Amino acid sequence: MPDAVKGTWVQIHKVVLKPEERSPRLPDDTKKVPLEFRLKGFLTHDANLGEEVEIETLIGRKVRGKLIKINPEYEHGFGKPVPELLSIGMELRKLLGGEVDVSGHELRSCDE
Amino acid sequence: MSRDMSYEAVMNRKNEIMKKAVGIDYQVFESGGIAFDYERMMKEVGYTIDEVRKIQAETGVGNTPLLELKNLTKLARKLAPPGKGARIFIKDEACNPSGSFKDRRASVSVYRAQKLGYKGVIAATSGNYGAAVASQAAMRGLNCIVVQEVFDSEGRGQPEILEKGRKCEAFGAEVIQLSVGPELFYTFLCLLEETGYFNASLYTPFAIAGIETLGYELAEQVRAATGRDPDAVVITHAGGGNVTGTARGLLKAGCQNTKIIGASVNLTGLHMASDRDFNRKSFTTGHTGFGVPFATWPDRADVPRNAARPLRYLDRYVTVSQGEVFYITEALAQLEGLERGPAGNTSLAAAFAIAQEMDEDQIIVVQETEYTGAGKLPSAQLTFAKEMGIEVRRGDPAEDKPGERIIIPEHPAQIKVKEVDLNALRVSYISNCIKNYKVERVTAEDIRFLAEDTKTDEEFVKNVLKELGVKF
Ligand SMILES: Cc1ncc(COP(=O)(O)O)c(C=O)c1O
Repeated sequence: MPDAVKGTWVQIHKVVLKPEERSPRLPDDTKKVPLEFRLKGFLTHDANLGEEVEIETLIGRKVRGKLIKINPEYEHGFGKPVPELLSIGMELRKLLGGEVDVSGHELRSCDE
Repeated sequence: MSRDMSYEAVMNRKNEIMKKAVGIDYQVFESGGIAFDYERMMKEVGYTIDEVRKIQAETGVGNTPLLELKNLTKLARKLAPPGKGARIFIKDEACNPSGSFKDRRASVSVYRAQKLGYKGVIAATSGNYGAAVASQAAMRGLNCIVVQEVFDSEGRGQPEILEKGRKCEAFGAEVIQLSVGPELFYTFLCLLEETGYFNASLYTPFAIAGIETLGYELAEQVRAATGRDPDAVVITHAGGGNVTGTARGLLKAGCQNTKIIGASVNLTGLHMASDRDFNRKSFTTGHTGFGVPFATWPDRADVPRNAARPLRYLDRYVTVSQGEVFYITEALAQLEGLERGPAGNTSLAAAFAIAQEMDEDQIIVVQETEYTGAGKLPSAQLTFAKEMGIEVRRGDPAEDKPGERIIIPEHPAQIKVKEVDLNALRVSYISNCIKNYKVERVTAEDIRFLAEDTKTDEEFVKNVLKELGVKF
């Protein structure tokens, strides 16, 4: 069984420019690394991870590259609660003279 | 016959590729020196406000609500001296189809591409503009490719840019995701050549004409709501299109006395092309890393003559810190019930501080919001920043250090703007013109142009030329 069959939604990777082919005007850290390319599309044939493959993109272009992910997930999210931000709303309502009890008693009694 | 696709060879074909891809002959507006006929270019290649309104109505762009931020105004008045604290309004541009004012900019470009018979459009952008082009292309049945700069060399993606990429894919666009580096432009040129698609550049006259409706609508709405013209409009500034288009629209509506204020997040010290610095900033646009270079050299853009020329319109340019923008984003949600951002909130942070300098009967307008959510929220950005080793704490925003520390204010009174010396930017722009056009003697026409292009007068330009030791 191949890792992915024809028609699977995948992500490919390739190097567009090797470090020595890059623009002469780059900061030192960027100069040392290649310019990399990632793109998603549908496999046009069965393939294994790490193999050179062809995909058809969402607009029907055929592009080749190394297969790096199968059914790639969106990895960004909402993040963790940020303690440095959480209390700002209550502080501001207090400044505006609202009814909010910043000691938290009201909130606790609601829970009980 | 196979073409030479090396970096240098493709970059050398830039002008030829661009001419085909935007369908504008810039040559006819040139003087041969520094000067070019900006207004004639805007008139002949752009569209009138009425034409743009018709084009935008076809795809549901524009006519966004103007909201009064009553609680933030109340808060600003508590902090301001007696009698001070202007009314703060915000134009809810998040209500555009793809969630930002960039729909205005994309709408005319994609309309144009369709009219000229192109099969597809390409945009080089890591920002909201990609989603805007993708959405407009979907409506008009064109193919769309978006080229983004998104990953560092360890494959870590900036969360906000990942979200924008997701949105482009949601509209059926092909999203090419590159690692850090200005050679994105090389990839972009290769794609234009290969596909023959239209370059939906951010910087053509039609892109800027698309934004003019924002300023125009804003003027009409402020007049209807308050019976007067806005006293100040604060505009989040990066590449300069937002400032230019909004200011032109306000002028077309007859707002001669409205102060045009640009605002950027201060990212001084971070290098925009650095693989390391790339993921150590929490704002991907509306920051000084674009705002300053594009003001002092607009023609660095992908077209020979940039239609976005911020120094032509800016009366004032200020910066705020990342922490101050996160704070005001939270305040906007908690006090006004509007979860928006990030970029538009840069001008909101500035407006909140500037309102406190103004009289109570005056009007200050934040001219945009943008959609938010996964990747774009302060919680997403600050979680990522902490993972990247950035210190995040409450404190005095004066201690903020881009790339090292994000300081969330302890109190709203700590939100302050820092002035950017516009004259210094003007001098730098004039000196860049001399360098880039390699002129030895500046003509009278050039001097007139430079005075207009820097919103100064011929005296100012002549004094700068004298100081630079340039003959005229
Ligand atoms: C929501 C939003 N606001 C402001 C800006 C800045 O606009 P400009 O680059 O035209 O200055 C951008 C673009 O990057 C944006 O996406």
